[in-house]
Amino acid sequence: MPNKTFFWFFLPTGLAMILFIGLPIISTGIQSFYAQHDQVVKEVKKCDPFGCTVSIVVDQEKTSKIRDEKPLGKFNGFGTYIDRNHLAVDEIGKFWNETNSFGEFVDQVTNLPFYKALIFTLTYCLFVTPNVLLLGFIIALSLNAVTRRIRGPLIFGTILPMIVTPLVGSLVLFWMIDAEGIIGANLQMLMDDPYLSLKSSKTLTWITIIIYGIWHHSPFAFVVFYAALQTVPQEPVEAAIIDGASRWQRVRHIVLPHIYPVVTFVALISLMDNFRVFEPIIGFSAEGSAQSLSWLIYDNLVNEEVILFGSAAATSMMTIVGIAILLAPVLIRTWKEFRTAR
Amino acid sequence: MKKILISLFFLLFGTSAYADCNIKSGSINILANDFPALRTFVETAKGCKGSADFKVTHSSEHNKIAVPALTANPSEFSARIAANSSIVPLMNQDLIRPLDDLVNKYGKGIQDSQLITIDGKIMAVAFMANTQHLYYREDVLKELGIAIPKTYEEVVAASEKIRASGKMQYPYAAAYKAGWNLAEEFVNMYIGHGGEFFKSGSAQPSINNAKGVATLNMLKKLAGLSNPDYLTHDSEAIKVEWESGNVALMTLWASRSGTLLDDDGDAKITAATKLTGPATVAGGNIPAATLWWDGFTLAKNRSDADAEATFRALAHAAANKKMVADAADQAVWLIEGFKPGPKSIGVIEAVKMKAKPYPMLPQMGLMHGALGSEIVEFLQGKESAEQALKDVEAAYMSKAKEQGFL
Repeated sequence: MPNKTFFWFFLPTGLAMILFIGLPIISTGIQSFYAQHDQVVKEVKKCDPFGCTVSIVVDQEKTSKIRDEKPLGKFNGFGTYIDRNHLAVDEIGKFWNETNSFGEFVDQVTNLPFYKALIFTLTYCLFVTPNVLLLGFIIALSLNAVTRRIRGPLIFGTILPMIVTPLVGSLVLFWMIDAEGIIGANLQMLMDDPYLSLKSSKTLTWITIIIYGIWHHSPFAFVVFYAALQTVPQEPVEAAIIDGASRWQRVRHIVLPHIYPVVTFVALISLMDNFRVFEPIIGFSAEGSAQSLSWLIYDNLVNEEVILFGSAAATSMMTIVGIAILLAPVLIRTWKEFRTAR
Repeated sequence: MKKILISLFFLLFGTSAYADCNIKSGSINILANDFPALRTFVETAKGCKGSADFKVTHSSEHNKIAVPALTANPSEFSARIAANSSIVPLMNQDLIRPLDDLVNKYGKGIQDSQLITIDGKIMAVAFMANTQHLYYREDVLKELGIAIPKTYEEVVAASEKIRASGKMQYPYAAAYKAGWNLAEEFVNMYIGHGGEFFKSGSAQPSINNAKGVATLNMLKKLAGLSNPDYLTHDSEAIKVEWESGNVALMTLWASRSGTLLDDDGDAKITAATKLTGPATVAGGNIPAATLWWDGFTLAKNRSDADAEATFRALAHAAANKKMVADAADQAVWLIEGFKPGPKSIGVIEAVKMKAKPYPMLPQMGLMHGALGSEIVEFLQGKESAEQALKDVEAAYMSKAKEQGFL
């Protein structure tokens, strides 16, 4: 396609992307460098049905004057990024000097909200992504081998987890693993431990969320792999059969190299999706045991009665940077292959 | 003659409460939490809407909607039913209007004690009170010869006795869901210990002290007597636990008593469900509970005509003796003519015991938020009480700095 044609084809999409993705990111970025103005408070008398007290309120007259002058707030630079609820630079320095062993240091660091969330997010990505790829590929291969007559219903059944809204999917599982739910109660019987609770232990909660993630994301990998399998040329496969190649050898040396670009694509999308894990935490009411970066943003925006725009913006920007770092190796490799192919 | 009859008619009926209900124009849109008493209140206001446009949003997520919706100009809602804690963000952002003029003009029947005044200006009109207090199963306590607990130490002892009897494995319940609910339990227990959240006259936190540690230890003891899933249980979830007969002692909101004692569910459990005042802790005099009021506020960013129409409709409900008589068991109404019934025992005891109201400080929301997430690991046994309190203070300080309080 000549560059000019491509340009006109891409223009509407490009404009929409700038408008709905680019500009909001820039605005978020700008907000992350600002904090609220210093609050001007005054002592006043407050009376309610239970009596009167002297208490403090925000002085609106003075505050609105400052706000009108600088509506964005007080410039804070990277102040929000390095505070205790984000990268916690000062705290980590202090822990390094104060702790006696490396284990103790790690304990202290992983107790900080941002790092706690980062560790869960990365663990989730590391376990879910490869398993999604593997499971999706195995399902695609097996479905490709069954007779055409029952393939339709089977495919439909397989992609069901993806059709179910994530929140509903996690809620269903949440009730099933309840101590009185079908999975929870049977597990108690199986383990012969009437006090076993999947929701109270941190490890078990993490495992539940990871299994849910694999269940929910596998159909996506499966659909893409299944489509790719349809394009595998039959001649080399038949030739390999005549040469006496086993099924495993055929998959390893013919099918996999053929669909390799698709695997990269699915891995990229999967990583991106998993890094933003959010719904299962809400669905499983797992805030106590598992927090992700996206959950931190949500928490800053809604869980407080005071909305922390600066904090939420800073975490958002760091999530974007995190995704970029995670994807970098794959992107660099794709780019190199693209160059050599030309 | 006809004229005299008409004027007589007006004299007779014109003085009734409905006289002020002649709203000719304007649009009313109310944001409120979702529980039976508030539904009754808003329905009563609706009966007075006249020819005004009337809309209402009942949502348990009201806290998340309120500030953005009232910041818009014109704001989405003309009124917000708020409580001691949720009025604070509205005050901080200057989103609600003083009601003095409207109260003078249309506030007939509203008692002075219902008015929330801040710096001499009326900012809200309260209509009901709420608190968390103890519920107990009379049959279980009687069978095991346990006296009705008055302190949390007695609650622990009673729960242990029930557990030891083999009747119930997890005899105690309270809303310990990580986040707002758990933080609220800490606030109650800490106030019961006589603790202060901030150094006097400043926004500097001061919870990392002996009282804070004692508070956490008591919460942990109670959590150990609760269902192990307690960190996922909110008020609704423990209500279900209670109604399934798994629990014999519970700390829950007074506003939930109506649904606990209605005809739904096991009649035997309902009959044995009894209410008592909030418990004290650590030998303190004041209960480990906070008093709450629910009242209405009017949005600032809305036309005066809408504000007037909204006020008239809501004031009709806030001074309505008939509503108070009909719905006497739904809430502890602060409205004139309310006769407390058996479901109001909790709040009335709390007031008698001089419970403190929830602190109405501009930075309290940030402290509440920090508590909700940072004390979880202590309850899970992953860190010490001192460490948890240190974390709360540090998390609070970062947030307070960002918000300009420190």
